[in-house]
Amino acid sequence: MLALEARATQSASAAWLSPLLAMALTGLTGAAIFLAMGKAPGIALYIYFIEPLTSWSGLSEVAVKAGPLILIGIGLSVGFRAGIWNIGAEGQFIAGAVLGSAPAVVFYDSTNLLILPTMLVLGVLGGMAWAAIPALLKTRFNANEILVSLMLVYVAELLLVHLVQGPWRNPQGWGFPGTRMFPDAALLPMLFPGYRVHLGTLIALLIPLLAWFVLTKSRFGFKVRVFGSAPLAARHAGINNPRMIWATLLIGGGLAGLAGIMEAASTIGQLMPKISPGYGFTAIIVAFLGRLHPVGVALAGTAIAVTYIGGEGAQISAGLPKAVTGLFQGIILFYLLAFDLLTRYRLTRIGNKVSAT
Amino acid sequence: MTTPPLLQLQGIRKEFPGCLANDNISLDIAPGEIHALLGENGAGKSTLVKIIYGVLRPDQGQIRWHGNPVQIPHPAGARELGIGMVFQHFSLFESMTTLENVALALPSQDLNELRARLEQTANDYGLTLHPDRHVYDLSMGERQRIEIVRCLLQNPSLLILDEPTSVLTPQETETLFATLRTLAGEGRSILYISHKLEEVRTLCDRATILRGGQRVDECIPANETAHSMAEKMIGHRVESVPRHTAPSSSEVRLQVTDLSVHSDQPHGTDIDSVSFSVRAGEILAIAGIAGNGQIELMNALSGETGRPRSGSIRMLDTEAGALTPVARRQLGAVFVPEERIGQAAVSDLNLVQNSFLTSADRLGFVSYGLVNWAEVEHYAEEILQRFDVKAAGTAALANSLSGGNLQKFIVGREILQQPQLLVVSQPTWGVDAGAAAAIHEQIQRLVSAGAGALIISQDLDEIFALCDRIAVISQGSLSEPQLASDITTQEVGLLMGASRERTESLSHAGA
Repeated sequence: MLALEARATQSASAAWLSPLLAMALTGLTGAAIFLAMGKAPGIALYIYFIEPLTSWSGLSEVAVKAGPLILIGIGLSVGFRAGIWNIGAEGQFIAGAVLGSAPAVVFYDSTNLLILPTMLVLGVLGGMAWAAIPALLKTRFNANEILVSLMLVYVAELLLVHLVQGPWRNPQGWGFPGTRMFPDAALLPMLFPGYRVHLGTLIALLIPLLAWFVLTKSRFGFKVRVFGSAPLAARHAGINNPRMIWATLLIGGGLAGLAGIMEAASTIGQLMPKISPGYGFTAIIVAFLGRLHPVGVALAGTAIAVTYIGGEGAQISAGLPKAVTGLFQGIILFYLLAFDLLTRYRLTRIGNKVSAT
Repeated sequence: MTTPPLLQLQGIRKEFPGCLANDNISLDIAPGEIHALLGENGAGKSTLVKIIYGVLRPDQGQIRWHGNPVQIPHPAGARELGIGMVFQHFSLFESMTTLENVALALPSQDLNELRARLEQTANDYGLTLHPDRHVYDLSMGERQRIEIVRCLLQNPSLLILDEPTSVLTPQETETLFATLRTLAGEGRSILYISHKLEEVRTLCDRATILRGGQRVDECIPANETAHSMAEKMIGHRVESVPRHTAPSSSEVRLQVTDLSVHSDQPHGTDIDSVSFSVRAGEILAIAGIAGNGQIELMNALSGETGRPRSGSIRMLDTEAGALTPVARRQLGAVFVPEERIGQAAVSDLNLVQNSFLTSADRLGFVSYGLVNWAEVEHYAEEILQRFDVKAAGTAALANSLSGGNLQKFIVGREILQQPQLLVVSQPTWGVDAGAAAAIHEQIQRLVSAGAGALIISQDLDEIFALCDRIAVISQGSLSEPQLASDITTQEVGLLMGASRERTESLSHAGA
């Protein structure tokens, strides 16, 4: 019989090695799957993981996809460090997009330069408001934030569908669900002509630096760490329990909301029934793959963005189903969790011979 | 050929990653012998006992039972051989009755028949038990009796007891010893693990002394003094701690009046209308058996469980009942809770970060929300140096320190903040004698310099060595504090166990 035995010491390098090994093994597993599907594994893997990085437009697309993943991943990693399991970032992303889009929908022909900053602020507030619900229920009634935040994802999705099919539907849209296209003043400026990289991508890259500074230098960062790893010690040190729950959920919600409005106000340019390819859920993988460390999250967000772009390319040039992208993300998480377990525990064989000889 | 020893260990070796817990240990126990296993924390006693009881398997060495080599692969195997064990931490279900707890541990059988056997066995050995009372309602002494009877029902030839008296009053200890002597008289052997030397002297026929994983000596306790055995255990001379010189002062540092607290733990103990005061230059002890409200009282004083239900806590001339832990520290009070890892310190943070944990505001390590880690590091270095904490530098994680060194670090972290009031719970519980003496000395020094101290402890030796006045907590109520010179160990022991009967008779009178 096999059993898990806790290791006396954990090497620090193992913590960083396990995401790298997980990605390598995902590549190998992917190759086996492609082989089984009758595709040449070398070519399929090249299309998936290398080709997006070989052209400027590919890099630009990777950056566009990495932006929201990094933003949400940073917010989630702060919560996860504190032991607050917000898994409803997808809902907070949508809520941010919805509230942030309101000015652009109402003043659809505006040229006022203040409209974009207003939208960004409202986007953050929308995400925070959505995350405030699990925060309130947890601090007041000790309701589990995992369930509450997850269920609110579906509420947000239905709210979005209702708005774009009902009150906010484009009157000139031939009945298709979706708002009017946002006015130019309400769109994030592109950085380079001909590429879709926009100002939001730049903001998304600054957030990890800010997060790193706060987590390592500030008292708040210390509190997050203590609160997550030793709740009784946090109480002993006078760290306020409800305040930490509120703070970490609002940070996660606010960053997800910011990602939501920046997505709507850039590459999409309107609200539609489907504005996220599952960023909020994928960002959970990003946070863990990045070891809840800001720099790690930035790298992991970029790596996962490659699989999104590679997946699109693979559909077009290799005829692979879109589901392969989700499959890859799942396999990465699976391997990551397995390696993490093995860095903390080792497998031992226990005999079950009985009694005296 | 003479009869072989009941149990014989030869050259037992057990290594854990980074720690040689047992190194070539040999030991034998004769039938009917009460054998003491002595040693400080970390000497290897627990490991050795776990090997005998089949919880761990040795890397090398041989175990003989009645002279025959045996393998003990698991506790069930040990019980089949006739080895019973009472652990220091009881394995009882609080929400079940005595009888149900006993039934769970035995092969299935008729409950009425079991009840008869239980009562018979309890009677035979003078162990008072109530088969139908729920465990949460029972004293630690009675819980221990359940464990002992549970072992005896399996008719063991060897009974192992791990620190059995740490939760007992002196009177309960006497009763236990009488039972153990009866058992030995029947030819059963007892392996008695303890670091309380006077007890070992009165009870045990022979003692094996471990130090640093090795068997360093064997002796007949009756021919030794507690002092001579302590030196064998520790390996060097033991010096007694000089008493603090209490400057007579009328300045009250802590005044608790009619404090009532509702426990936030299931089966916790509510604090019921407790009053006492601590003056500058004095040490007040609150004695009591664990689980009588000490944790609730400690948390109420440190401010960790919020506003008390009623009553007042005045700390350093300020009404503190509604203040946060941080605000209480700002007044000049510091707190050392009983849980070292997880409450007083965070296991996976280093010593710099752990220094910051409770000193952040009082020592001003934060400005504009940012931590001045360079200053905190100096502070951590000072703690290690002044309090002789053995650690691989300030970057060492808290969980890499031994219990004694971690406690020296925690007490040092609080004392270096120059508090006017120190509240400390179980200051030397599970700490080796060297570290305990160092901690006692630091507390004495602080008090000599004019601070007041409250020590919550269940170690009567510690209490009588340090304290000026003693009160006893029992079932959440506190006895009137008395001068240490006016009260004996026996009287404190009676108070520690008395309240249960008193509350019972009161509730009968009230009904």
